[in-house]
Amino acid sequence: MAAVLDKPLPEAAPRRVARPIGRPPSRSRWMPIALTTVALAYVTIALFVPLAAVFVEAFRKGIAHYFASISEPDALSAIRLTFTAAAIAVPANLVFGVSAAWAIAKFDFKGKAILITLIDLPFSVSPVVSGLVYVLMFGLQGWFGPWLQAHDIKIIFAVPGIVLATIFVTFPFVARELIPLMQAQGRDEEEAAVALGASGWQTFWRVTLPNVKWGILYGVILCNARAMGEFGAVSVVSGHIRGTTNTLPLHVEILYNEYNFAAAFACASLLAFLALVTLVIKTVVERRFLKAAR
Amino acid sequence: MSIKIENVSKRFNDFVALDRVNLTIEPGELVALLGPSGSGKTTLLRVIAGLEVPDEGRIYFDSEDATDKDVGEREVGFVFQHYALFRHMTVFENVAFGLRVKPKKQRPSEAAIREKVHGLLNLVQLDWLGDRYPHQLSGGQRQRIALARALAIEPKVLLLDEPFGALDAKVRKDLRRWLRRLHDEIQLTSVFVTHDQEEALEVSDRVVLFDHGRIEQIGVPDEVYDHPATPFVYGFLGHANRVESRVDHGFATIGRARIAAPEYPAAVGATGTAYIRPHDLEIVDDAGQAAFSAKVEHIVKLGSTVRLELSDLSDGKPLETELTREGFDETSIATGDTIHLAARRARVFIDAPAASKETA
Repeated sequence: MAAVLDKPLPEAAPRRVARPIGRPPSRSRWMPIALTTVALAYVTIALFVPLAAVFVEAFRKGIAHYFASISEPDALSAIRLTFTAAAIAVPANLVFGVSAAWAIAKFDFKGKAILITLIDLPFSVSPVVSGLVYVLMFGLQGWFGPWLQAHDIKIIFAVPGIVLATIFVTFPFVARELIPLMQAQGRDEEEAAVALGASGWQTFWRVTLPNVKWGILYGVILCNARAMGEFGAVSVVSGHIRGTTNTLPLHVEILYNEYNFAAAFACASLLAFLALVTLVIKTVVERRFLKAAR
Repeated sequence: MSIKIENVSKRFNDFVALDRVNLTIEPGELVALLGPSGSGKTTLLRVIAGLEVPDEGRIYFDSEDATDKDVGEREVGFVFQHYALFRHMTVFENVAFGLRVKPKKQRPSEAAIREKVHGLLNLVQLDWLGDRYPHQLSGGQRQRIALARALAIEPKVLLLDEPFGALDAKVRKDLRRWLRRLHDEIQLTSVFVTHDQEEALEVSDRVVLFDHGRIEQIGVPDEVYDHPATPFVYGFLGHANRVESRVDHGFATIGRARIAAPEYPAAVGATGTAYIRPHDLEIVDDAGQAAFSAKVEHIVKLGSTVRLELSDLSDGKPLETELTREGFDETSIATGDTIHLAARRARVFIDAPAASKETA
């Protein structure tokens, strides 16, 4: 009897000892390695290689050609328009986003759920559809078309249309960023400020706003990235008039369709560069943001 | 300043937070609003402050109607349960806030603000923390800063919402004694909300007991503890044994004994509940005199007192008695013994039809 019991023990005991502490017993050691490899391969193929390709293609015909491509008048006009649209859309959505988040997080009112849903609308609607909606409203055959034409106001196939489309598409970024943050912070500090005699305006500037400044900056960065990179909605309302209503992404498309690959990639590299800068700023802000949240 | 609360009601949708509450707080008094969570005590505090608008009723500060005044105009100091310190400001700026937001004409000079803030920080004994941020402070320190900030605007009334609720036991005890001393020093009419009976009994001049949006009893600490007005108060303030009882013509049965129940001279065969504090259950030698005979289930020694957990021999229901350590050491009671108990003092309430909610 004792001999039977003794036999399996020497085998079983070392196996238990050999198992590393803290690792789930059923998973073998190559699993995490395999998963990491797959993820890395995926990131390389889907993200890194295309990004590198943009810069390689951009410089294929040399540095001189590169700078010529991005400094010819149409390209400069596209860059200017892109910055103009962002310069209007971002502040507009900043003001809207902060007010909406403030209202939603700190006050109770009827229709709050509807407002929250509406803010999300641009995320759920395809950008092309939002562009078409503007054509439907402000286009020549649109609802306000005849009136606009009578007063000689051009919106569609002109800069105002591009700005409007950009505002629509980037509308949720700041608000979406701030609502959960402000809700988590609660109303205590505002109530304390009011009880100490602060007016609504003083409370907002001295208490509410400083508490969310990193969240605002984060929202603005995301909003700006999207405003500069937007293609679909802007494409519908732009009319693709070279030197007038072409934004940088639209300019890239035109050059590409004309088989002017080097120039197309040169302009695309500007967008890619903007994206990289955004990423760096975003990472820095995120770090400050997390620190402030603690 | 005195505060008069007249017939104040407040509902949140279907929930009745305050139900026709009347209360007068005398100048310089320190009053505790005590009750379980959801009993309406915090809502009343917020109504006094003006952070909540009552559906009905009026609030008077002295003889002046303050019901329609904004929070800022009421000149109240409010201390929040979770302190609500401005997290992006230093301790100094937190305390200075109430002075800095004053209209230009009333705003003190920078030097005056500096002096005032340091004075307040000295008062709460934390002057050395002026440059720190709230997240660098301990809970007790935050609470004292919140108090200094509330006092900066020289309020006429100080309102504190569960001021010690988020602190650990030791800090809580120190801080509430400190608050009592501070109150004696500055003599400011103060109201604080708590669910901790010990805190209410120790710190306050008067205790207001709340349940289901109504005031159950108002009184000085001794009075509410020794003479609870309702079964709820008996159950909420301290421990009490509950024993079924029959009431007849001003007398009630408690176990095998009969006691006077002069509150109910006309009752005939009414069922009621007798409330007996554990320390009012006395161990007696003679089974004939005793109300209960019970078996000792557990002996729990809690510092200076000893609690005996018992089961009634007649119906098996739990009973509890408390002895001093010395008193216990003189006996030779051991687990499993049978002892006899008499009620030194008891209070009987005839069960009202709606009393079922109180027993929950």
